[in-house]
Amino acid sequence: MNRNLTCIICPRGCSLTVEGEKDNLVVTGNACPKGKQYAIDECTHPTRTVTSIVRVENRVDTMVSVKTAAPIPKENIFDVMEKIRAAKVQAPIVAGTVILSDVYGTEVIATKTVL
Amino acid sequence: MREHDIVVVGGGPAGLAAAIAAYDSGVTDVVVLDRESSVGGILRQCIHNGFGLHKLGRELTGPEYADVYRCEVEKRGIRVYCETTVTGVTADRVVTAQNKEGVLKIKAGAVVLAMGCRERSRGALNISGTRPAGVYSAGTAQKFINCEGYMVGKKVVILGSGDIGLIMARRMTFEGAKVEAVCELMPYSGGLTRNIVQCLEDFGIPLYLSTTVAEIHGKERVEGVTIAQVDENRRVIEETKRYIPCDTLLLSCGLIPENELTRGAGIPIDPITSGALVDENRQTEIPGIFACGNVLQVHDLVDYVSDEAEMAGIGAASFVKNGAVSGKTVETKPGNGVRYVLPQRVHTESGKDVSLFLRVTQPFPKVRFTVKSGDVVLATAQRLKAAPGEMEKITVKSEKLQGAQEPITVSLEVL
Ligand SMILES: Cc1cc2nc3c(=O)[nH]c(=O)nc-3n(C[C@H](O)[C@H](O)[C@H](O)COP(=O)(O)OP(=O)(O)OC[C@H]3O[C@@H](n4cnc5c(N)ncnc54)[C@H](O)[C@@H]3O)c2cc1C
Ligand code: SF4
Repeated sequence: MNRNLTCIICPRGCSLTVEGEKDNLVVTGNACPKGKQYAIDECTHPTRTVTSIVRVENRVDTMVSVKTAAPIPKENIFDVMEKIRAAKVQAPIVAGTVILSDVYGTEVIATKTVL
Repeated sequence: MREHDIVVVGGGPAGLAAAIAAYDSGVTDVVVLDRESSVGGILRQCIHNGFGLHKLGRELTGPEYADVYRCEVEKRGIRVYCETTVTGVTADRVVTAQNKEGVLKIKAGAVVLAMGCRERSRGALNISGTRPAGVYSAGTAQKFINCEGYMVGKKVVILGSGDIGLIMARRMTFEGAKVEAVCELMPYSGGLTRNIVQCLEDFGIPLYLSTTVAEIHGKERVEGVTIAQVDENRRVIEETKRYIPCDTLLLSCGLIPENELTRGAGIPIDPITSGALVDENRQTEIPGIFACGNVLQVHDLVDYVSDEAEMAGIGAASFVKNGAVSGKTVETKPGNGVRYVLPQRVHTESGKDVSLFLRVTQPFPKVRFTVKSGDVVLATAQRLKAAPGEMEKITVKSEKLQGAQEPITVSLEVL
């Protein structure tokens, strides 16, 4: 493998190069260890945090923002979006409340408090 | 007239961090005024993650980041007045505001301006063609979708590749829209590289550089746009004109600091940053009035907004306790390859290190920045790359500043 990536872990956005075989990947260009982990993950099983909104049923024109508590596999983004779209919530909701459990090994939680 | 030690205008991340820092510096009579129904500013609509890595050491969404600061404000009992619009600030620090109860006049010991910025509107852009529905500024679309749950369109073209445009490209895609293209007038994107990767490349959305929207088509609703490449002088190249059917055009063409109040107070403005001229404590040219956050310079990272706001809060508290900082100052100036330097004036004998914030004029490969006062080098810094979209910070040690007589310039050379 020989792949060029941009690290998306922090705003510095280091340009990374990944070389070698699947179980012996060599990463260069990273300014910190997080970049190495990111590059290896990105080449083996890329993940992303998904953020969206869910309508609050018992409030007029009110949405609560949500996110996956941990990154989920990149290829499942749209499936997770479907699940989030189908979700229903009632206020009051406190930030951190679980909205959907068991979503690709993590949960979808509220990121805003709606009283 | 009421009196308060410190009045903070705006309760976005800048205003909240300034209020907390002022309080923690020992001035507890601090009030925050915001025209919206809750604090948090623009972060309330930025539901994506990517906030707080630098400042809080964890990655949060916009609302979560704002909430961290709102809780800290509450913990200290700092009073916040929402739905309260400030209509005037005078040079002798009388703040006039309006809310349901009527007009409020406050004599402030010090004022912190933290009004944020607003988006450049279509009027300021001059695209020819019709004026149908379906043309939104990216931030307005973001507010509609994220706060009100109203989806603005299905087939989208975005003009401008700043961070808001990039974030919205992904957001619209998540909601099932097809983003046909992101067009950028300049030969490079103004957004963070990480946003290009995770908002465009992840979804195969094309980014066309040196390209603009030449015409908007449609009577009632947008039916399509004509995009075209531009030459070095940003003039449309006729032969490259191309029609893209779409029902929505998002404009993400930059932010303008909201400085009406600043001008009203007679505070001098830097023509390049469009924000006030300040010293290293973020004090404007009028003693006792401070500015921070997007109203001072457009930031791409909220973490730096919070840092800057803390400087302003500490500065305001010190002004209330000890009066204006005295001592010699020198100006700072952008040199080769540098668009602006902030603060525009620094005290040389304060005994404190001073961080200079700057943006470069265009993308550069590996560079070295040199900070000089006359012929004396005060600091140097190397970067593997530099781009206008990413603010740089270079710190000058107090012992180097001491005795500096000539204006301080920051310039770069390509290595
Ligand atoms: C769409 C978008 C995406 C972003 N994405 C990221 C990201 O991924 N990561 C990151 O770190 N940063 C991001 N940022 C940048 C960051 O959010 C901003 O830099 C930050 O919010 C600026 O804070 P502020 O307090 O200066 O301004 P604002 O958040 O705009 O707050 C200003 C406040 O002042 C109030 N106000 C204005 N005028 C008056 C008045 N006359 N009277 C009373 N109140 C007034 C407003 O109501 C508002 O609450 C993003 C910004 C935007 C717009
Ligand atoms: S490698 Fe480290 S410093 Fe570089 S972008 Fe990634 S997280 Fe940031």
